[in-house]
Amino acid sequence: MTAVTLSRAASGPVTRGAIDCDIHPGIPGIATLLPYMNEFWRDSFVRRGMDGFDMASYPPGAPIACRADWRPAAGKPGTDLAQLRRQALDGFGTSIAICNPLYGGQVAVSETMGAAICSAINDWIAAEWLDADPRLRASIVVPAQAPHLAVEEIERLAGDRRFVQILLPAAAELLYGKSYYWPIWTAAEKHGLPVGLHAGSMYRYAPTSNGWPSHYLHDYVSQSQTFEDQLLSLLSEGVFLRFPKLRLVLLESGVSWLPGFLWRSVKTWRGVRSEVPWVKRPPAEIIRERVRLTMQPFDVPADDPVAVADIIRQIDADEMLLFATDYPHWQFEGDRAIPPGIPRETLRRILRDNPLATYPRLQESIA
Amino acid sequence: MSKHVVAAVADLPPGSRKLVMVKGRPIAVFNIGGDFFGLMNRCPHQGGDLCAGELTGLVTADRPGEYRMSRPGEIIRCPWHGWEFDVRTGQSWCEPGRIRTKQYPVEVASGDALVKGPYIAETIPVAVEEEYVVVEV
Ligand code: FES
Repeated sequence: MTAVTLSRAASGPVTRGAIDCDIHPGIPGIATLLPYMNEFWRDSFVRRGMDGFDMASYPPGAPIACRADWRPAAGKPGTDLAQLRRQALDGFGTSIAICNPLYGGQVAVSETMGAAICSAINDWIAAEWLDADPRLRASIVVPAQAPHLAVEEIERLAGDRRFVQILLPAAAELLYGKSYYWPIWTAAEKHGLPVGLHAGSMYRYAPTSNGWPSHYLHDYVSQSQTFEDQLLSLLSEGVFLRFPKLRLVLLESGVSWLPGFLWRSVKTWRGVRSEVPWVKRPPAEIIRERVRLTMQPFDVPADDPVAVADIIRQIDADEMLLFATDYPHWQFEGDRAIPPGIPRETLRRILRDNPLATYPRLQESIA
Repeated sequence: MSKHVVAAVADLPPGSRKLVMVKGRPIAVFNIGGDFFGLMNRCPHQGGDLCAGELTGLVTADRPGEYRMSRPGEIIRCPWHGWEFDVRTGQSWCEPGRIRTKQYPVEVASGDALVKGPYIAETIPVAVEEEYVVVEV
């Protein structure tokens, strides 16, 4: 045992003043977004009867999509602003929370329809959520299926400082290291916006590297492979060297897979690094410096503080972890958003310092 | 410390290497363009036979996708898992400060000087008019 003070299972007061880096307001349906679309798209969605662009990764009725006591009496999870305020903000004493809407625009096969849905979501979030509660911030959702349209959307909204991040699904049409996506990283750097990769997929390919899973169990558990693939792609294609200010946030990625992954990437790099000479430092060092992870889910036993402390020590970076509830997704019970066993000093950073350092725009409203 | 004659210079031309045993230690002796270097022939990773590795150059890059090759023949790549070591210093490329293989001083001495001593030439017959590679262990 190390001589650190371990926090007890955190409850409301521990998270008071914290910055929640991953909450999910729900989009009730396409009708909600129509007022934020141009005439053509308004007409198209209605005439063609298209609706229900919820992500296949989070079917609204699936248990993971909403904790039982957070499920609204009517409507989809996370769609009720008053309830979200009460449960996600007041419930944890959160000072700021970052909204990450997950909806079909980010994964649509049609580039232009995807862009129309994403733009509508951004304007809807700004008008009906950010304007309604000063504690809320949001990620810019973009159609990564068309990087040039994603860049246009970033340029359109970057001036609104309440947008603090660019949101992408963990799996897209290509691996994110490919130069196809570099325009998005250029825009992110230009505006000082970190890029958040959220669990989920465009489903252009099987979500596992070996084929299509048959069950939700397989799909959800295998998400960490996707995050590993993207990290390796960004690393080995040289994105971190090419974009020295780019910051990446893994959202709902899980955390406890990281130590083994870092270990293997360093070990392998030592032997084959001449193939990727732009990876000039051990991958773990680069990832520790440039990548952040939200804390829900963490994937550790809820009653084993020593195991949690071990993993924190193995990751060896007080700066890497960000507080998140993943509201309303069902990751924990009650107000136990923080696994027990996190050293007190580390916890203080996770709750506030790390989010502030990761999202520079948050500092503007705190000062 | 003592000085050991391990080869005639003529038998270890530039670009070549030779594994020698001195005081029970396996030492890889390299000739890089006329400069001689001696490294403990045991990779600090898991003990690979460094002398049997591939002698290559240093690959670096300023930008993704651009390769630059320099210092040809000065990097030895361990035959087991490919870690690279600088023949001139024994330092690994991946963690030069922490991971390195021990270096032994090597010099060239004339047969003339050798016969006067104090050199140990157990296995190499020394002729006064020749030059020899001498490792200090
Ligand atoms: S033993 Fe030399 S690299 Fe593993």
